[in-house]
Amino acid sequence: MADKVHVTTLLNGESVEFLCAPSQTLLECLRDILGLTGAKNGCNDGNCGACSVLLDGRLANSCLVLGAEADGRTVITIEGLADWAGLHPIQQSFVEEDGLQCGCCTPGMIIAAKALLDREPNPSDGRIREWMAGNLCRCTGYETITRAVRRAAAHLNGEGAEG
Amino acid sequence: MPTIKKTKVEYEGRVEEREVIVEEEYIEPWGADAELTVVGRPTPRVDGVPRVTGRARYTHDARWPDLLVGRFLRSPHPHARLVRIDSRRAEAMPGVWLVWHRDQPPPVERFEGRPLFTEELPYEGAEVAFLVAENERIAEDALAAIEVEYEELAFAHDLDDAMAEDAPPTLLDDESNLVDPEGDTYERGSVEQGLQDADVVVDLTFTTPRAAHCCLETHGSVARWEGDHLTVWHSTQGINRCKGSLADALDMPMDEIRVICEYVGGGFGSKFAAENYTVLAALASKATQHPVSALLDRREEHLVGGYRPSSRQRVRLGAKRDGTLTLIEHEAWIGTGAYGESGPIVGGPAKDLYASPNARTATWTVRANTDAHRAFRAPGYVEGTFALEGAMDALAEELDMDPLDLRLKNYTEQSPSRDTPYTDKRLREAYEIGAERMGWRSREERRATSGVWKRGWGMATQIWGGGGGPPAKAIVKLESDGTAEVLLGVQDLGTGTKTVLAQVAAEELGLPLDRVRVVIGDTQGTPYGPGSGGSVTLASTTPAVRNAVHDALRQLFGIAAYMLDMPDEAPDQFYTEQGEIVYRPDPTKRISFVQVAAKVGNYMFVGTGARGPNPDDAAINTFGAHFAEVEVNTRTGQVRVNKVVAVHDIGRVVNPLTATSQVIGGVNMALGYVLMEERVFNARTGLQLTANLEDYRLVTIADAPVVDVAFVDVADIQANSVGSKGLGEPPIIPLAAAVANAVADAIGVRITALPITPDRVLNALRAEREEQ
Ligand code: FES
Ligand code: FES
Repeated sequence: MADKVHVTTLLNGESVEFLCAPSQTLLECLRDILGLTGAKNGCNDGNCGACSVLLDGRLANSCLVLGAEADGRTVITIEGLADWAGLHPIQQSFVEEDGLQCGCCTPGMIIAAKALLDREPNPSDGRIREWMAGNLCRCTGYETITRAVRRAAAHLNGEGAEG
Repeated sequence: MPTIKKTKVEYEGRVEEREVIVEEEYIEPWGADAELTVVGRPTPRVDGVPRVTGRARYTHDARWPDLLVGRFLRSPHPHARLVRIDSRRAEAMPGVWLVWHRDQPPPVERFEGRPLFTEELPYEGAEVAFLVAENERIAEDALAAIEVEYEELAFAHDLDDAMAEDAPPTLLDDESNLVDPEGDTYERGSVEQGLQDADVVVDLTFTTPRAAHCCLETHGSVARWEGDHLTVWHSTQGINRCKGSLADALDMPMDEIRVICEYVGGGFGSKFAAENYTVLAALASKATQHPVSALLDRREEHLVGGYRPSSRQRVRLGAKRDGTLTLIEHEAWIGTGAYGESGPIVGGPAKDLYASPNARTATWTVRANTDAHRAFRAPGYVEGTFALEGAMDALAEELDMDPLDLRLKNYTEQSPSRDTPYTDKRLREAYEIGAERMGWRSREERRATSGVWKRGWGMATQIWGGGGGPPAKAIVKLESDGTAEVLLGVQDLGTGTKTVLAQVAAEELGLPLDRVRVVIGDTQGTPYGPGSGGSVTLASTTPAVRNAVHDALRQLFGIAAYMLDMPDEAPDQFYTEQGEIVYRPDPTKRISFVQVAAKVGNYMFVGTGARGPNPDDAAINTFGAHFAEVEVNTRTGQVRVNKVVAVHDIGRVVNPLTATSQVIGGVNMALGYVLMEERVFNARTGLQLTANLEDYRLVTIADAPVVDVAFVDVADIQANSVGSKGLGEPPIIPLAAAVANAVADAIGVRITALPITPDRVLNALRAEREEQ
């Protein structure tokens, strides 16, 4: 087997080092090496968004990124969103609006929503639909997801929960 | 004392009589206007937090440092014979633990009546070898090192091919590609009579494609052996079904098998029993003394994970001038795979949706060289409703009647095929609510007549079972701090089963929701529960929960009576309210759960309950209607669904929040079916062209229409003690027909083949122009 690559990354706010094969994807590194199974392998070829993470703050399909590419960069996964104080407002909104059923797409959806709201705090419904179109959901029919993102935006903008 | 009673239970259109053990005294159903405080309230799911934080552990997430990876080598041909296989090179590679195939079979060689590895490989993706290695990379390299020689055989890749006069046999030893030449038939009255009495007859043929489930979590199992004890994580809709089938396959005692599935990433009918990969993972885990995973990748999921079968359906309707049906005739051919068994009840809606003295249905299933079809959310009824409700619209047009009026004209208060009344039927209300919300009666005022976009409206009806029935059991444990634990051997596919179980338990216990914990998704420690299919889970299990709580409370009331100094009072003189036990004749006499529990110390009240029988001589069904508004671009053929109104009658709605989400989800899944989804094959090579999520098109958030959801929401108190029926499947049933009818209304031509793609729209318009 080829030599392993040494990777240092800022993962969910903590400095993390790991060794991986040069061909291993970031998704595999997260799930198989680092034990973070929140990002899901829905297709392994960039078509479903279930593996979404933030790489230097940008939305990425971790199945299309090599683990080695994470070296020297910051990675945020779904596990990095909630803290001891409780759920992140986006997570809270997904629960309240029932923006999930089986939940398999949910970590990716929430990460995608975070990427959007981090740069555009007040997206229109049209913008939400355009932005999230790379994340497939086979269960919910999406409407509750749109509502959850809208609610999270309102909350993050200090408008409190809407009815 | 338990006794045995006979009861009728419906499952996906088939009604069977079962003998059930009845152990409970009768519990008064919650009436239509019972004052309930937890049931009926919009309730965020109780397991929402693990699902949004990534902590929920799915089958694919079961992993340990010593986990080995099992992978398949699969046939690259639609039909072939395995001539030679040599795995020596693969076995010699470092990190490879074992390879099993035809010449080197696993310790259990057969599964489901066939060898696990066969010489004849009757579809693309058929299993040639199973290999276990240290990790994914090694497994892939090793699979590539297995030498195989195939002899390619003639194949039939779809329904038409397989039905052709000179069709090659899908399986070499089969004489015919028909599963059962007799077919599945039903008749009442006579077709001749129906034709004789008709003033108008319509006769149409519809076709529907193979559609893939596309669960976001692919099929898979992880097995771990400890001593004689096997634990399996299986991505499934039926933990008990998996356990039973594994015990059979491995010839093991049931008490040594534990199946876990706390979270599953979608099933939609495609995930029940143990499968070949489950059995191989278990055998490999035993052989290696390591945990072994066998998880399908996305491509394998498309090749062997099943699909809704294709169909060709001919519908003949006869009617009087006033719209009264004299005949409903439905003939169907269902396209399954090489190992497929008889297809679903495609004729179900034709049998039961409308009153007609004469009706006949006949269905034949045809095998082709693909994997077998699987149950897919409302099997048969989605396809059958598309055809029947399309024909009804054609008939309405012929009679110059409003499509809704034609349906009302043929409304039935009795189950036509069972000749019994319904426990309850509120389809009329559903029609009214839907028509009102869609502005159905005033639609002509909104019709766009100019420009390339043409607007149209359509509607369709659904009938489905969902009444559930025995057997199902529940256990309730009352803890000494006044909390409760509820245990059932069921699973939550994401439908919100766990949440409704908690709601019903909390309601019956008189406790707030957060004092109740539900344990499901694990066969260890839980009593038997049914698989989640046929929309039966809620209606089968929640009455069992009520009974179990009732049993526990009776014990608690006995002690409460003693503590309130009225030891001779009967348990039924007490009720619960917000964690307190109250004396009915004098509500000032009350005592809290916690006080009673403290008194008895570590003694634990444990209640058990079973699902009682269904009522005699009554059909339990759900009903509903979908209305759709669409716009069709006559230049590009694009169909845009502006709005859907979906109204269902499922008895009492236990959780309006998750129920609404269920309907929106069903509508969008059906939207994919009507507009874009199809498993496409290359006719020349017989190979699948859509075996990924790029070429197999699913609805995205950008396609999702506005869905207005409503429920009739009146408890069906004859159906069961909770008054609810299932909702998993109803919302996928009537949408394809409603949209297809709306498209026909918009462009004036009926498209009878799904999916309604832009090229089909343009071809239909062109054909229409040429005719004129
Ligand atoms: S798993 Fe990465 S996009 Fe599907
Ligand atoms: S909730 Fe199941 S895929 Fe989105």
